[in-house]
Amino acid sequence: MSRFKSEATWRVLLQILALCSGAILLLILGFLAWETLPILHTIFLDQFWRDPGWYPSEQAYNLTPMVMGTLGVTVGAVLVATPLGLLSAVFCQYYAPTGVAQLYRRLIELLAGIPSVVYGLWGLVVLVPLIAKVQPPGSSLLAGTLILALMILPTIALVTDASLASLPPSYWHGSAALGLGTWATVQGICLPAIRSGLLTAVMLATARALGETMAVLMVCGNVVQVPDSIFAPVRTLTANIALEMAYALDLHRSALFASGLVLMLVVTGLVVVTDRMTDAPES
Amino acid sequence: MSGRAIAGAFLGLSLGLQACSSLQASSSGSAPQKLVITGSSTVAPVASEIAKRYEAQNPQVRIDVQTGGSSRGIADIRQQVADIGMVSRAAKPEDQGLNFHTIAKDGVVVIVHRDNPIQRLTRQQITDIYTDKLNNWQDAGGKSQAITVVNKAEGRSTLEVFTKHFQLKSSQIKADVVIGDNEQGIKTVAGNPLAIGYVSVGAAKVNVEQGTPIKVLPLEGVQATPQTVQDGSFPLSRPLNLVTQGPLNPQQQKFIDFAQSSQVKDIVQEQSLVPVQE
Repeated sequence: MSRFKSEATWRVLLQILALCSGAILLLILGFLAWETLPILHTIFLDQFWRDPGWYPSEQAYNLTPMVMGTLGVTVGAVLVATPLGLLSAVFCQYYAPTGVAQLYRRLIELLAGIPSVVYGLWGLVVLVPLIAKVQPPGSSLLAGTLILALMILPTIALVTDASLASLPPSYWHGSAALGLGTWATVQGICLPAIRSGLLTAVMLATARALGETMAVLMVCGNVVQVPDSIFAPVRTLTANIALEMAYALDLHRSALFASGLVLMLVVTGLVVVTDRMTDAPES
Repeated sequence: MSGRAIAGAFLGLSLGLQACSSLQASSSGSAPQKLVITGSSTVAPVASEIAKRYEAQNPQVRIDVQTGGSSRGIADIRQQVADIGMVSRAAKPEDQGLNFHTIAKDGVVVIVHRDNPIQRLTRQQITDIYTDKLNNWQDAGGKSQAITVVNKAEGRSTLEVFTKHFQLKSSQIKADVVIGDNEQGIKTVAGNPLAIGYVSVGAAKVNVEQGTPIKVLPLEGVQATPQTVQDGSFPLSRPLNLVTQGPLNPQQQKFIDFAQSSQVKDIVQEQSLVPVQE
C-alpha cells in the first residue's frame, strides 16, 4: 500500500521536474522572440537579407554574411574533425595496446576539458600569426575552422569510442569465424553497426561548433562579409552577439536578439534532421 | 504533498530572486550602503581602484563596478538601475539632463607592429587606409606588403571617437579584423607585422612598457604624452566621465568629489591616464 503511494509521489515529482526542464527552453525561446519584437515592428523582415550590410548605427541589419560565416566554420570543422575523431576511436578500440589506448583516451578527455577561451588565446597568439605568414591577415575562416575542429574532435572521438565499446563481442566472433581481418571487420561490420552513435556524435559536435563563441571571436577576424576564400575573415552569429551586446541599445540590441533567434532555429533544424536520420530504418 | 512542497520551494525561490533584484538598484538602504556604478570598460579599471580606496576609507559603503560600455552607462542612469554611470566620451546633445563629471582624460592612439618601418602617417593616409583606398604599406613609405586593418566592433566608444575625428562612417571602413576590447586589439597587432589598429593610450603604454612588439604613432605630428592629452593638443583625446541624473544625493556627491580629488591622482596616473586634478 505504502509502496503504491510512494510510486504516485514519484510520478508527480518527476512530472514537475520534466515540466521545469521543458519550460526553461520555452522560456528562453519566448524571451528571445519577445526581445526581437521591436525590430520586427520597425523594419521589414526581408531587410535581414536585403540590407547592404550590418551597420546597426546606420539601420542596416543584414544577417546573411553571419549565417554564412557560422555555417562555414561549422561545416569546415565537422569535415575536419569527423574523420579524425572516428579514426582515433577505431585506433583506440582495435589497434592500440591496452596501455596506450588508456593513455590516449585520457589525453582526449583532457582535450575535451580545456576551456574555449584557452583555445582562443592559443589560436590568437600561435595559429593566427602562422596563417598570416602564408596569407595575411591570418584571422580567417581557416583559423576558426581549425580551432573548432580541435574543440569538437574529443566529442566525436569519445562518443564513437563508447559506441564501439558497446558492440556485442559476438560480432567479432562471427567475423573471425568468417576469416575476416581487423580492418575488414571494422569497416564492414563495426562502423555500420554504430551508425546512429556516430550520427549522435556528429550532431553533438555540430551543435557545440555552432554555439561556440569565445574561441571563434578571437581567431576569426569578425569582419561581416561572405567569405570569398578560406583566408578571408568572417564573423559568426555568436561572435556578433558577444562583440556587440554589451554596447547595444534599442534596435541594435533587438537585432542581436534576432541573430540569437536565427541561431536557435539553425540548431533546431539540425536536431530535427538528425532525429529523422537516426530513426530511419537501416536500408 | 511533496509536490506541493516543491512548488512552494520554487515560489519562494522566485520571490527571493525578485527581492534581490529590486534591492540591487536601491542605494539608500540602511547598512551597508551600496553604490552601483556601470558603463564604459575604459573607465571601469580606474573607477574600480578609486572605489577600493573609497571603501577602505568608508567601511560602511559597498561599491559595485560593472562594465558594459558607455551606452550602458547612459542607459542605466536613465533607467535608474545604477547610481553612477561611466562614459568615455564628451557629452553629446542627446545626453540632455545628465551631469558629466570628468575624472581623467584618455587618448586614442594608432598602433602598428614594432617591426613596421613606418614612423608617421598623415590624417589623409589613415583615412585612406581605413577606407581601403590605400592598401599597401609601400604607398605609405613601408615595404610592399598588404595592410591589415584592425577595427573595433560597433558600439565601442573608441570607434566613435576614431570615426568622429576622421569623419568616417562605420560603413565606409573596410576592416580585415574586427576586435572587441583593447587587449584583443593589441594582441592582434602584436601578432601581425602588417597590421594597423587603434587603442586607448593607457592600454598601449602599459603594453609598450611590458615589451609587447607594438609601436605608437604620433598623430598629426603630436606624440601621445600625458601633457598633450591633458592640454588637448593631442587630437584624439577624450574625457572619462562619471555621469549622474538630477540632483546628487549625499552619497553620490561624496564619491564624485573623492574621484575628482587629488587623493586619487596616483591611481589615475598608474592606469596611464591623465589626471584632471590640479
